[in-house]
Amino acid sequence: MADRYIEPETPEMRERWGSFTFNETWDAKAKAAIARYPDGRQKSAVMALLDFAQRQVGEETDTQGWLPIPVMEYVAVYLDMPVIRVVEVATFYTMYNLVPVGKFHVQLCGTTPCWLRGSDEIMERCKARGMKKGHTTEDGLWTLTEVECMGNCSSAPMVQINDGNYEDLTAERFDAVLDALAKGETPKEGTQDPDRHTVEPVGGPTTLTAMVGENHDYRGEW
Amino acid sequence: MPKVTVDGQEIEVPAGATVLQACELAGKEIPRFCYHERLSIAGNCRMCLVEVKPGPPKPQASCALPATDGQEIRTDSEMVKKAREGVMEFLLINHPLDCPICDQGGECDLQDQSVAYGRGATRYEENKRAVTEKYMGPLIKTTMTRCIHCTRCVRFSEEIAGVDEIGALYRGENMQITTYLEHAAKHELSANVIDLCPVGALTSRPYAFEARPWELKKTLGIDVMDAVGANIRIDSRGREVLRIQPRINDDVNEEWIADKSRYAVDGLTRRRLDKVWIRKRGKLEASSWDEAFKKIKAAKAGDAIAAVYGDLVDCETMFAAKALLKACGSTLMEGRQTGLVYDTSSLPAVNFNTTLAEIENADAVLVIGSQIRHEAPLLNVRLRKAAKKGAKFFHVGPEYDTTYPATFLGNDLSVLNSLSSEVVDAMKGAERPAIIVGGAALGRGALNKALALAAEFNVVKDGWNGFNSLHFSPSRMGGLLLGLAQKGGMADIVAAKPKVLLSLGADEMDFTVFPDALKVYIGHHGDKGAHAADIILPAAAFPEKAGTYVNIEGRVQRSEKAVFAPGDAREDWTILRALADALGVSVGFDSYNELRAAMFADTPALANEGLAVSGGTLPAGGGDASGVIGNYPIADPYLTNPILRASPTMQRCSAELWHGEEIAEAAE
Repeated sequence: MADRYIEPETPEMRERWGSFTFNETWDAKAKAAIARYPDGRQKSAVMALLDFAQRQVGEETDTQGWLPIPVMEYVAVYLDMPVIRVVEVATFYTMYNLVPVGKFHVQLCGTTPCWLRGSDEIMERCKARGMKKGHTTEDGLWTLTEVECMGNCSSAPMVQINDGNYEDLTAERFDAVLDALAKGETPKEGTQDPDRHTVEPVGGPTTLTAMVGENHDYRGEW
Repeated sequence: MPKVTVDGQEIEVPAGATVLQACELAGKEIPRFCYHERLSIAGNCRMCLVEVKPGPPKPQASCALPATDGQEIRTDSEMVKKAREGVMEFLLINHPLDCPICDQGGECDLQDQSVAYGRGATRYEENKRAVTEKYMGPLIKTTMTRCIHCTRCVRFSEEIAGVDEIGALYRGENMQITTYLEHAAKHELSANVIDLCPVGALTSRPYAFEARPWELKKTLGIDVMDAVGANIRIDSRGREVLRIQPRINDDVNEEWIADKSRYAVDGLTRRRLDKVWIRKRGKLEASSWDEAFKKIKAAKAGDAIAAVYGDLVDCETMFAAKALLKACGSTLMEGRQTGLVYDTSSLPAVNFNTTLAEIENADAVLVIGSQIRHEAPLLNVRLRKAAKKGAKFFHVGPEYDTTYPATFLGNDLSVLNSLSSEVVDAMKGAERPAIIVGGAALGRGALNKALALAAEFNVVKDGWNGFNSLHFSPSRMGGLLLGLAQKGGMADIVAAKPKVLLSLGADEMDFTVFPDALKVYIGHHGDKGAHAADIILPAAAFPEKAGTYVNIEGRVQRSEKAVFAPGDAREDWTILRALADALGVSVGFDSYNELRAAMFADTPALANEGLAVSGGTLPAGGGDASGVIGNYPIADPYLTNPILRASPTMQRCSAELWHGEEIAEAAE
């Protein structure tokens, strides 16, 4: 996160994004988001609007999307608020991309549970494909970011790629996911362990076993 | 009124007070960085921790905790001491140990408080955080590695200045304070963040590495860059004024001053008149006092002598000139150099009657022909406070960014003759309505119409006088109090065809209309007045003489002498006194004290500091207003007087901030 920076403004960026406006779909969503707040408090919708803007940029560039400076200015004007306040929000939350990203934004969790379950191995696989932390690959396909806990510790290790989580990874499973994405397929989200449905214990319950068939009162055994 | 106990001492505090304020009332010092009396509460530095019962058994941030009845507050317990030491140690983890090269050194809150409340040594051995410098314009120098994220500057620009341009980007350890895309801070009060910054992150760019605070002689002064009369402290070393800082005066400037008041100092050493000059064969040549006085005497003016006073002169100078003219048998004295004419027979009609502190309570304000933000920045701060409390604002004049919500009624003054029902209803329905008549309207004869509107809207009521004229010449109210105005303004002086014309630092006037007069310029800067003069007598600028100034609200304030005038330059009154001898007349004073005594006898209102024009009924006014305000009188707020025009800092501000030129940064 220490590497976060705002993509410097250039005349090319101005030219490409200076005329950015919400398209019909996102404009409707933006209006709906603003309508959730009382009159005069429309700036409360800034987080939603930045997200919508990033997604629309993503659609236009066929990536996860990011927030060029003119787009942040557009959101500020849309909400009638000072642009510095919009930039404060955009820089605070790591879900907003401040620099262009690739088609797939691979966010690899490296926090303790994932690390103990082999996130280093996943990182190796990423590097083998030419990914580098904080950078986008030459072909524009992958952007790698190492992130902190995403709350999937019971199915560690995990990566989040754009809006989908891929859990219970091993090097092979991870490669399979990336290969499928690269081919334009849509791999199954969630756990990649064929023996698991969600985060239930593999091979059946290991605790509260007496509860599997019927309700059981454990209180006498405490 | 809640009763609380602070360190065993029971005190009663006002309702709504915080624990920090309660401790201050009890005389306990609470260290703080982010808390500031005039800004909103942030509670992010944690330095003000105290122990409060009842409450959780941990130290609490006193700045954000309301004082409630029966609280037992301890500021001297072991827990508090340890908490302060801990917070201080954390703050210093990422703060560089560069005090010897830091301009804040010697007047740094962090330095002082780490001595008073810190552990004395660090246990931190890792690398410190480093932050890139941010460009904040020609006035503010940044060293962002020193920033402790108190966010005072962010809150100041949002709340007081009303220009959202500074923000805190990123988060946690990576948080950085910056302006949007590192554009220069573009408002007229920006440099106040330098005073607010408790560390050396934001320091003064023009004053960088100039001096240490303990080397400076501090003199109490009054600012003359605008007519608000901000209270300042003039810091000088030897013969040079090095910087100007605000003093706290809640009635006038609170604790802010405008950028041009602060940075005019480098104009004091440039383009100075330090020799007597006489025009010979169309060319100015250095000369002597004797020769100059002989030449003036040779003009044999008799009573055909007139004086025009400039914007920056003090009352003593004006009075000395008045006495000289009187001794010669003339009363031809005027200060409205650009030819403004309005009725000056009633002082309340040309005074800012509401007073600066009270205007905050106005609930509907009609501003006629004034670009307040640039004519009186500190008044704009007050009006913003009124706007925040819900006051409605209506402006007549060209549109500009007021920094608060306002309705512009158009450029044509005739709109005053038939105001829309929205304005009339707002003004008539208001409990404390106010009218502000600015220079652009005064010059177009709108004063009488404004007075009629004042009667119609009933702006003068019990305990409230809402009628205000707003001047931007700091000498104006003093001159009017001394009775130095002609009925027809400058036109009367021109019509009298004086043989000798004394220009007391008057640089904005038109000298070409006096082709036959001997033009004597008594002033301190080689500006427009000196270019047109036949004789130049070098005088003292405002920090070089003690003087009395009267601000827009008719407040008499005295300024002290900080340094000596350069070279042959003398204090203005001594020049006029010597001139009286040369002309062979007697003005009736030989010393500064005698001059003041004579002035007080002449105009008793100047004898006491404080509001001199209060009470008095407003004239009825009447008639219709007409005329279109094409432009406001101040074309460039950074270059409104000869000192500012001589200042490189102000020239750069003008180019970069007002005219929007790109200035390339020199590589450092």
